[in-house]
Amino acid sequence: MSVRRLAANQPESFAFSAESLKQGKAWIARFPEGRQQSAVIPMLWLVQKQEGWVSEPAIRVVAEILGMPVIRVYEVATFYTMFMLEPVGSHALVQVCGTTPCMLRGANDLKAVCQRRFGDRDHLSPDGKVTWQEVECLGACSNAPMAAINDYYYEDLTPEIFEQILDEFIAGKPRAPGSVIGRQGSAPEGGSAVLQDASLYDGTAAKALKALPNAEPKTSGVAKEAAQ
Amino acid sequence: MVGILEDKDRIFTNLYGLHDWGLEGAKRRGAWNGTRLMLEQTPEWLCDQIKASGLRGRGGAGFSTGLKWTFMPKAEGARPHYLVINADESEPGTCKDREILRNDPHLLIEGAMIASYAIRAHTCYIYIRGEYVHERERLEAAIKQAYEAKLIGKGNVHGWDFDVFVTHGGGAYICGDETALMESLEGKKGQPRLKPPFPAGAGIYGCPTTINNVESISVVGTILRRGAAWFSGFGRPNNTGTKLMAISGHVNKPCVVEETMSIPLKQLLEDHCGGVRGGWGNLKAVIPGGSSVRMIPAHEAETALMDFDSLSALKSGLGTAAVIVMDQSTDIVRAIARLSYFYKHESCGQCTPCREGTGWMWRVMERMATGEADMKEIDMLLDVASQIEGHTICGLGDAAAWPIQGLFRHFRPEVEARITNYRAGRPHVQGASLQAAE
Ligand SMILES: Cc1cc2nc3c(=O)[nH]c(=O)nc-3n(C[C@H](O)[C@H](O)[C@H](O)COP(=O)(O)O)c2cc1C
Ligand code: SF4
Ligand code: FES
Repeated sequence: MSVRRLAANQPESFAFSAESLKQGKAWIARFPEGRQQSAVIPMLWLVQKQEGWVSEPAIRVVAEILGMPVIRVYEVATFYTMFMLEPVGSHALVQVCGTTPCMLRGANDLKAVCQRRFGDRDHLSPDGKVTWQEVECLGACSNAPMAAINDYYYEDLTPEIFEQILDEFIAGKPRAPGSVIGRQGSAPEGGSAVLQDASLYDGTAAKALKALPNAEPKTSGVAKEAAQ
Repeated sequence: MVGILEDKDRIFTNLYGLHDWGLEGAKRRGAWNGTRLMLEQTPEWLCDQIKASGLRGRGGAGFSTGLKWTFMPKAEGARPHYLVINADESEPGTCKDREILRNDPHLLIEGAMIASYAIRAHTCYIYIRGEYVHERERLEAAIKQAYEAKLIGKGNVHGWDFDVFVTHGGGAYICGDETALMESLEGKKGQPRLKPPFPAGAGIYGCPTTINNVESISVVGTILRRGAAWFSGFGRPNNTGTKLMAISGHVNKPCVVEETMSIPLKQLLEDHCGGVRGGWGNLKAVIPGGSSVRMIPAHEAETALMDFDSLSALKSGLGTAAVIVMDQSTDIVRAIARLSYFYKHESCGQCTPCREGTGWMWRVMERMATGEADMKEIDMLLDVASQIEGHTICGLGDAAAWPIQGLFRHFRPEVEARITNYRAGRPHVQGASLQAAE
């Protein structure tokens, strides 16, 4: 468990922008009548996209929109570690994955870069531009080591390239995310030896099937009944 | 040829995103072909076919997918049925569902429709981990395409009204557990529920629910198109089909690849990953199924097969088929200590053995890594691990115990030597320097 609390300094108020509110309503519409609480994580995420972090007044606003007790929204905001509970760097929120598969390929060196450049984790850097964190496996382990910077993944990092990328963010000119050594997704470096058969891609597979293997004679499908 | 599986038998033909992920491209590669025929069959027929294919859940537990579907009520009553797809993918080492979500999302959407029909559900939620922002954007775009083409939605061309909605989490590994996921989907803290009731009786909103992994659902369309016998023809009995495998750690070329079940682990690493860094002789140990299974040492990795039975015979497991490779340079105690930190961080805090135990085990593991621990703490640690195992609400407690048990099963003398050396004034150098860097 990680213990998380709201920031000591809180703003006076919070209001959703028209655009965030529109998106919030779309989330609520995905769930059945009376189950709008299901939208709480996406709504808090919209708060964070708008403000950079989740404040106490924002928790109250979300509670009101979703018809939830404030304490329930508070619980959610403090339980889920993606919610930042204090202001984050204006240019970059850097989340270095430190779990074993990334550690085996050099995550500790990436953490050292952040420590040297920005000071202690989980705090604003002195110039207010960067917050860095160590996070748990981000689900990109075949492209380790990696870091998420403001939502998107930078993969196959070395300390040198990582530092360049950080500089680019600080300069306000971030590069496109992905593998920094030009790997195609999670294919092995230098390209894959599989998936070379051209007939997979020439439309052969799209030729309409006449019947399914083992199919029963067209009979009693519910779909058919429904269609009639 | 590399590996065992031939290109013509691959399900995930856009695994690396070299081709169009969208509807056009997916259809060209065979998705949505014959879906109408599938929905003309009965739900029972669909369940039977999937059972016959031998497909076992790809989320880690390996339960028969077709059988799971039959647990749902035979007709929709007052409470609607739901399909929930688990796209939380947070088990360290695992990064396979991500490739489906971003590169072949239509296989997932098609599978969702077929599976929903098989369990008589008209609504499906896909719960995707919050950090997968790009993957979520892709999936949403693909779903939009499917609605626009009337493949899904009300009054679609397949004749089974079907809605699919994406929702997301907020960075909590525990939400991969099916009952925690359902709590989270309902807008609460992701704390697992006690079972029973099982999801098929009372899942989300108290309604009958089936929950499956992304990969389990995404293979369904192709299995039905090509026949159960085609799928069950790969691998060994009880371990059939093709499987996405993700390899990380000390291989020359880490990657994700689709292979036949039961491929020898050594062949997987040598054919697809350019081998172990420094050669096979440089291998120390492998965690073959994601962080929650026990490791196997090099000599066992030599002959292990990537399937449920072979790996459980070695007291490990296939899990999510996420292979974490560690070569001789690895500080193996520290590697496991870092996993202990992971479980401590991710425990939901609900059960005392897990909440207190994961933190305690992590702190002891840190001292094992430096050698500061006391020799008798090894047995104490193993005792605590076995007391957590099986005594908690969800599988996270077990998952926290197993990596530690695996370490001592195979490398106990190494930890003992570290403790002895520390006492003799020769602290473990690699561990020490790593800690200094942290
Ligand atoms: C702590 C924990 C984490 C889990 N994480 C995942 C996950 O990220 N993805 C997943 O599909 N299953 C995960 N599972 C397994 C699910 O509970 C469930 O068994 C699975 O989603 C069922 O789908 P399947 O039968 O298709 O495999 C996890 C289980 C536990 C106990
Ligand atoms: S075992 Fe751990 S993670 Fe699972 S319910 Fe108990 S405290 Fe939560
Ligand atoms: S361990 Fe870093 S992405 Fe999985």
